[in-house]
Amino acid sequence: MFGRRAEQAVRRLKEGASREEVAKLGATAAVIDASFEVQPGEIFVVMGLSGSGKSTLIRMLNGLWPATDGHVFVDGIDIANISDSELRRVRKQKISMVFQHFALLPHRTVLENAAYALDIQGVDKTERRAKAGEALEMVGLAGWEDKFPVQLSGGMKQRVGLARALAAGSDIMLMDEAFSALDPLIKREMQDQLVQLQSSLNKTIVFITHDLNEAMRLGDRIAVMRDGRIVQIGTAEEVLNDPANDYVAQFVADVDRTRVLTASSVMEPAQYTVNANAGPREAQHAMREKQMTAAFAVGRRDNKLHGVVYDKEVVSAVKRGDTTLESIIDANVASVHQDAYLVDLFAPAAESQLPLAVIDDEKRLVGVVPRVTLLNAMASIADVVHSAEAASVASESPPPGQPADGPGTHDTVDPMGARTVAEQLAVQDAAEVERDQN
Amino acid sequence: MIRTDSFDPLDPRIDLGDWIEDAIRWFVRTFSIIFDGLQAVLEGAFDAVDTVLEAPHFLIMITLFAALAWTVRSWKLAVFTVIGFYVIASVDQWSEAMYTLAMVLVAAGIAVLISVPVGIWAAKSTSVSNAVRPILDFMQTMPPLVYLVPAIVAFGVGVTGGIVATIVFAMPPGVRFTELAIRQVDSEVVEAGQAFGSTPRRILRQIQLPLAMPTIMAGINQVIMLALSMVVLTAFIGAHGLGREVRSSLTRVDLALGVEGGLAIVILAIYLDRVVAALADRAPVVRASRVRD
Repeated sequence: MFGRRAEQAVRRLKEGASREEVAKLGATAAVIDASFEVQPGEIFVVMGLSGSGKSTLIRMLNGLWPATDGHVFVDGIDIANISDSELRRVRKQKISMVFQHFALLPHRTVLENAAYALDIQGVDKTERRAKAGEALEMVGLAGWEDKFPVQLSGGMKQRVGLARALAAGSDIMLMDEAFSALDPLIKREMQDQLVQLQSSLNKTIVFITHDLNEAMRLGDRIAVMRDGRIVQIGTAEEVLNDPANDYVAQFVADVDRTRVLTASSVMEPAQYTVNANAGPREAQHAMREKQMTAAFAVGRRDNKLHGVVYDKEVVSAVKRGDTTLESIIDANVASVHQDAYLVDLFAPAAESQLPLAVIDDEKRLVGVVPRVTLLNAMASIADVVHSAEAASVASESPPPGQPADGPGTHDTVDPMGARTVAEQLAVQDAAEVERDQN
Repeated sequence: MIRTDSFDPLDPRIDLGDWIEDAIRWFVRTFSIIFDGLQAVLEGAFDAVDTVLEAPHFLIMITLFAALAWTVRSWKLAVFTVIGFYVIASVDQWSEAMYTLAMVLVAAGIAVLISVPVGIWAAKSTSVSNAVRPILDFMQTMPPLVYLVPAIVAFGVGVTGGIVATIVFAMPPGVRFTELAIRQVDSEVVEAGQAFGSTPRRILRQIQLPLAMPTIMAGINQVIMLALSMVVLTAFIGAHGLGREVRSSLTRVDLALGVEGGLAIVILAIYLDRVVAALADRAPVVRASRVRD
């Protein structure tokens, strides 16, 4: 809450007043209703357009901007209600932050910048140089220690910002639009690097962004914010497939689903399987029963994918009197990992006659993706867009059956306005994807 | 003071000047200890600086000035210094110029010592800023000669009143530039300091001051230039130096003397300006921004 008469405005909001109503008091309610918990080791993405309150939200998490009302707990300490010196101690020990415009000290070298947090913590010089050096190496900036920020590109500056946060050694990292100021290719690179670093460091990361694709790519869970309220929290797939309301639905309508959905989310149970350990006779029986021309041969106990068998060869094996399928299993089968993104499924799917086999880390067959399923998953993108447009044209109010999205927002739902924003995002995203592909 | 028994609205006369004069005289009488102490300190400081500048042979001083110019800026400025200061000596204004320089250094030094902290305070607190701003406006719009009157009341004829008037006159840009400079520091960098748990004092020392330094130096430059122009005027309350030369050239309509004194002032001004600007360029932020592979 910003501005005058903040206390009064909070009271009015609790009584159910809208953001616009309290604005008349001279108070700006930046964040109104945002309750969530972030699990240790998770990347929690808060996504929303500008003005949705996400920057205020992240600054409340480390007390940069004090919350007018409510609580922020970090490891059981209520940040919103402690003294300045205690707050500084929490910031030193538990929370680090990465900023949109890097916020480096221009008069200090890369190494000194990376060591800044350690300097504040009172770590002695040799140790902090060593730690900062390690952090710089982690982000791929070894050899740049003595340069000044002005000599670095945007991406490299942000890596210094990242190294500074990593060197601090805190478990929690707040990232405020950390990659938004970077151009798309660098942005992508940084996202990959963050994911890679996270897999070994296991920090608890709260990541703020307005870029839905970024949110989907990074977030273990995503909170969608609008007008100071969190309207939905869920995994990328939950937000995509089951949007809590019209706003979220239109927002996600533009996401390139093929880069978010994984093979496991669209796969279907594998019906055409035969026991790889049994003989050809049993295989022939199973294939005749289900009228298949080809089948995946999987281990009976471990469910491991051995390959494919074709009907003709099974028949001739039976004639030959073979006792195992080994000689006729074609190991050259089109398979994909369950975590592969849909975008990576098209090429193998196009080449393969059979549905794509989906396997896990142990090479176990967990499902199949027939080509028609893949196409269907693509088509549902168009469905979402279509239904959202239909809703906005049909009536001014949200269609019945929409989940309640809190008091005071119904009168502010503006499907046309929201769609324009979504369209703008779509154009941006399309451009980005195009660049990515080139 | 003549007291009018009745106030005639058609022929208004408020004895405002008299009241303020009374107030100032009362103030000076009541706190005479403070003014005496101030006088002793300022005069002592001035005498010390003046002695250091005037005592050595002028060629030695020229060499020192040139060496400073070379160190902070370039050999070109050193050459200008040698020629310029030699001209001052050869028009027989050396001692006056050193007297003026000593006054400028003492007055500007004190003005900076007061104005920069006030500027920082104003940057940190909006209410201080609001309180300081009208005072600065008042100080800047008041004709400089007016400062000389209370100075003469408080300190009598001489160098001390001149220095005090100069300090007051030269301070405003120091405050304004400092406040602006601190406020202009990228808020995200300050937030970074806070986010990693730095104390406000440390943020000021490690982030705000270094980043604000170029602008603060510009303010200090202004302070020095204003001090120089004011110091010349203090000749009217009995200070010596180049100002007195100019004043006597005025009263005697001595064009030659006026040109010589004026020229010496210009040379001093250019020298001070270039050296301070060079110092500003040596601020870490400026140097780091110039680094190229």
